[in-house]
Amino acid sequence: MAQSLFWIPLLPLLGFLINGIWYMFFQSPANGRKAGATVPGVIASLSIFGAFVFSLKAFLELKGLAPEQRVLEQLLFNWMKVGELSLDVTLRVDSLSTLFTLVITGVGTLIHLYSIGYMGHDETPGKFFAYLNLFCFAMLVLVLGGSLPLLFLGWEGVGLCSYLLIGYWYSDEEKAKAGKKAFIVNRVGDLGFILGTFLIYSTFGTLDFANLKEVVLSQGAMVPAAVLTGIGLLLFVGCMGKSAQIPLYIWLPDAMAGPTPVSALIHAATMVTSGIYLLSRLNFLYSLAPDALHVIAIIGGVTAFFAATIAFAQRDIKKVLAYSTVSQLGYMFLATGVGAYGAGVFHVITHAFFKALLFLGAGSVIHGMHHEQDIMKMGGLRKYMPQTFFVFLIGWLAIAGIPPFSGFFSKDEILWLAFSSDHGSVVLWGLGALTAVMTAFYMTRLFVLTFLGKPRFEESHHDTHGHGHHDDHGHGHGHGGVHESPLIMTIPLMVLALLSAVGGFMGVPHMNWLAHWLEPVIPHHAVNPAVNPSLEWVLMGVSVLGAVIGIVFAFKVYRDLKSAEVLRKKFEGLHRALENKWYVDEMFEVLLVRPIQAFSRALWKNVDVAIIDRFVLGFGRVSQWTGQTVRVTQTGSTQTYLFMLLIGLVIALGYLIYGLV
Amino acid sequence: MIQTVEPWVVLSFSAAIFSIGLVGVLIRRNILVLLMCIELMLNAVNLTFVTLSRQLESMAGQMSVFFIITVAAAEAAVGLGLVIALFRTLRTVDTDQIQMLRE
Repeated sequence: MAQSLFWIPLLPLLGFLINGIWYMFFQSPANGRKAGATVPGVIASLSIFGAFVFSLKAFLELKGLAPEQRVLEQLLFNWMKVGELSLDVTLRVDSLSTLFTLVITGVGTLIHLYSIGYMGHDETPGKFFAYLNLFCFAMLVLVLGGSLPLLFLGWEGVGLCSYLLIGYWYSDEEKAKAGKKAFIVNRVGDLGFILGTFLIYSTFGTLDFANLKEVVLSQGAMVPAAVLTGIGLLLFVGCMGKSAQIPLYIWLPDAMAGPTPVSALIHAATMVTSGIYLLSRLNFLYSLAPDALHVIAIIGGVTAFFAATIAFAQRDIKKVLAYSTVSQLGYMFLATGVGAYGAGVFHVITHAFFKALLFLGAGSVIHGMHHEQDIMKMGGLRKYMPQTFFVFLIGWLAIAGIPPFSGFFSKDEILWLAFSSDHGSVVLWGLGALTAVMTAFYMTRLFVLTFLGKPRFEESHHDTHGHGHHDDHGHGHGHGGVHESPLIMTIPLMVLALLSAVGGFMGVPHMNWLAHWLEPVIPHHAVNPAVNPSLEWVLMGVSVLGAVIGIVFAFKVYRDLKSAEVLRKKFEGLHRALENKWYVDEMFEVLLVRPIQAFSRALWKNVDVAIIDRFVLGFGRVSQWTGQTVRVTQTGSTQTYLFMLLIGLVIALGYLIYGLV
Repeated sequence: MIQTVEPWVVLSFSAAIFSIGLVGVLIRRNILVLLMCIELMLNAVNLTFVTLSRQLESMAGQMSVFFIITVAAAEAAVGLGLVIALFRTLRTVDTDQIQMLRE
């Protein structure tokens, strides 16, 4: 089996090549034949499904091994040899990465299938599916890579695909800009990642995870704490970018400009969780750097809370989900920061299920509403889209933390460990619990405004139809009416709903299969002995109660839009601040973007134009002038040339005979 | 008693002939004349070779002369052929008219 590991990333790569080449040479040229979404979609889905089958095989094989030996490794080739450093391209599957490969390929397959329906009216589905496959390839390299540079290769690859897919409809300038923003913000994080990698290499002399673990466990105690903290924080800067933590989270909400399946796959289920993967992968290192962990926990907790506040007042269905994703990612970092890596990974998995479900459900709503994303213009969709309503209901309950849905278990474990771990504290727990209440509130708001109450879209919808449907995803069927999505979209939704409903049972407290499974990679976490274990049940009760309060309150407010209006009037200023995302983008604009632009402009005018251009153009002018001057000697008369030859000869001879006089 | 010519006389003579050839090449405009001037220069060189060969008692100079005569014959053949070809295409043998390589 170890010898067939390479198929897992290779299959999506093949899918990418087939779809990419087909699109580039046969569909995109002006006289090319357009292909519908079906054939490219099936190719892409099959390739990722194949990867899922191989991932499953790897998982089963791991399961058959003794816990300490649960590692499969395949050395593909030597990447480079530079001095002391020799890098191999090694794929390695252990109990941590197998979970990630299963989620990526499993959820990925569902999202690919869904996309066949969602992108059915798109102009260039071949390109879309090629990018989607390329993303899966990069993501699989990220989690299967046996060394930091290989992980970084995948890390950059997913960043690239994220950029390509956010700006997929690039003819809309806003969307193209969102792609650029994501790419640039991620560069900032990647700088931290690279510096962290360098620091690891200069400190420990190896970049391979297995070797690194050995070296760190044997010599880590001798390394100064400041260096370890530095490594931890630098790598965390990378995670801030990729996993959207304060202050680098700003790109994720804008990333919603991409097609909705992309938001589900990349910006909810897989790519944004790679930060958690990295920290969990290097947990042996972080355990030696408690200061770094502390920073991570605080940033995670604050991000969770902060993003949840913004989600309160967003009107775009995808924006709400985006801020919710940022908030949930904050949760995961909170878990990682208190040393509960397993709980973080658990939340990654359940979050992948229910957030992919919510995004795809939102996509189904958007699809059915003809690209209307404003929840204020929805309402009452329960009648029109019963299947979507049902799956969204499950997703909503899961994220709100209602037992026995999956979100409850993972969130509760994080909260409990935030309280009871020796890195944890009441403050971190309070932050998490408050966020949980807020999550329940804003998700209920989203749910109620979208599916319940009276439809608010009649007039707005007719309005868009009066002007004709210019959207290039115009519908061939249903002719304008709000409709349920086709089966190819609802079936993946139902599978995800099932997973969201039961996915939590892999980590039931005290019978935690997941924590046990992860033990070879993530050692069992010791609970602070000072904490009374019976508190766990109390805290669980508190968080469920909090979720219920949040839900009931939101129901009360948003059942009737008038009461929502009253509440809005009461907190006018706060609401405006929330609606404008606390003006963080504006702050960045003033503090960073404008000064950088001004600086660049100054460099352009004063250095580039004034000095460098003058030099460069000067050289050009000198040679032009020389040419103009010397061209008169080119008479075309052989005898003139001969005469000059003679003069030259005389001079040369004179010099040879008499030297310089 | 055989009357011998002093080497300087011959050398001066050949230098004079060479100069005449050189100036001719530079100032005359008829290609045929140019060819003849080149021939003059070659033979001036031959004369020098022979003189010095005798004076230095070395056969190398005379060897060179034979080579030069051969090459000169070939050169004359090719050169005249080119002149004919040139005349057929341009209807002139005046070098002032043949300046197509300018600029």
